[in-house]
Amino acid sequence: MSPRVAIVDYGLCNVDSVRRAVEENGGDAYVVRDGNDLDRPDHIVLPGVGAFGDAMHNLVDRNLDKALAREVLEVGVPMLGICLGMQLLATSSEESPEVDGLGWIDATVQRLQPTATDRRVPHLGWNDVVTTQSHPLFEGIESGTDFYFVHSYHVCPVDSSVTIATSTYCDGFTAALAAGPVFGVQFHPEKSQRAGFALLSNFLGL
Amino acid sequence: MLKTRVVPTLLYKDFGLVKGTAFDSRRAVGSPMQAIKVYEMRGVDELVFFDVTATANNTGPDFALIDDLADECFMPFTVGGGVRSVDDVYRLLQVGADKVCFGTVATTHPEIVGEATRRFGSQSIVVAIDVRRDHAGVRVTRCSGQEDTEFDPVQFARMMEDAGVGELIVQSVDRDGSMDGYDLDILSAICSAVSIPVVASGGAGTYEHLRQAITESDASAVAAASMFHFTHQTPQAAKEYLAEHGIAVRL
Repeated sequence: MSPRVAIVDYGLCNVDSVRRAVEENGGDAYVVRDGNDLDRPDHIVLPGVGAFGDAMHNLVDRNLDKALAREVLEVGVPMLGICLGMQLLATSSEESPEVDGLGWIDATVQRLQPTATDRRVPHLGWNDVVTTQSHPLFEGIESGTDFYFVHSYHVCPVDSSVTIATSTYCDGFTAALAAGPVFGVQFHPEKSQRAGFALLSNFLGL
Repeated sequence: MLKTRVVPTLLYKDFGLVKGTAFDSRRAVGSPMQAIKVYEMRGVDELVFFDVTATANNTGPDFALIDDLADECFMPFTVGGGVRSVDDVYRLLQVGADKVCFGTVATTHPEIVGEATRRFGSQSIVVAIDVRRDHAGVRVTRCSGQEDTEFDPVQFARMMEDAGVGELIVQSVDRDGSMDGYDLDILSAICSAVSIPVVASGGAGTYEHLRQAITESDASAVAAASMFHFTHQTPQAAKEYLAEHGIAVRL
């Protein structure tokens, strides 16, 4: 039986690429636009492009914040946040200081600070993802493999043990995190070709 | 380390892909779906797709076409041509574009670009700056290079950065399709004036041209159409050449 994968659509971004990539990796994907339609998924993907504040408002308006918390934090359904979807797991973001995040991970979201060598923001393109601890999400993926990034903000966890991979841009940041059933990646696995598919396939196996 | 991207550009007109010279005399070069599948198989870094007639005909983007193409595109996909409004951006993102590129509208209604970056974030919004040289100097053009504007390219690039744009594609109208190399002077001037990524476009004919744009002007990505469609040269071999010359690329 292929796993039933809920793709969360909160009205800001393209969920189609994620849906297609999940399907290509053997998931039975369905798009969820309201918390009442979550329907007992085996896995959840929270994609994301757009601004932090708008995204949180839309999640709340669509009853998704509470429904996701119930499935993930109480039932233990694995959820993967991608890009902004990872940032929403944090408690707050410099991008929209007046809005609370989901707060599932004790972390803040900060803007990338340009350095002499990495002076262009957004961080846009392919960059190495270095695993900092062995984790099933990266099984079969060599540390240092390139993934596709496009973002101006990054997640800063208070407890660094949730970080499972980092990347080097602007003095380095958390590229992937894991805490129980909660997973987040700052890069786009759905756009990272072979490496991205390997990661999605690992996630669907959790 | 962040890799320099090598980006094939697909130009679409009416029903097929075309290749132009100086933004004109475009020749048909095949079906877009076929091209995307080949580039997907070869694992290119990113694809840029321009519908070059959409602006001229004022028809707006062909959303159904982009929807079909994006379904086969598991690599970053930038879509431009005929983008007129915030709603156009929203619909293109919905059907599977990762980044949406403004052209003419950025010169006529820059406030629309600002509104789009606020709503969808900088990372989703790209602006193509089409530059032409003549006896009077260097100017930004619009409508596929048909009309000159009053904008100086560097000043316009800064204006777009201030509007929150996440990336610029700097295209030389004069060099388009010439395969004589990029306009390095304009590229360098814009790359040093802004702190957002800049894609070099227009004029690449050899791997050496790509290297020059990266080392001499600090472009974050190099785009090419003719050299990949009309010669035996490929994005993968281009990256091998760049790697041999000390440039970080994804191999």
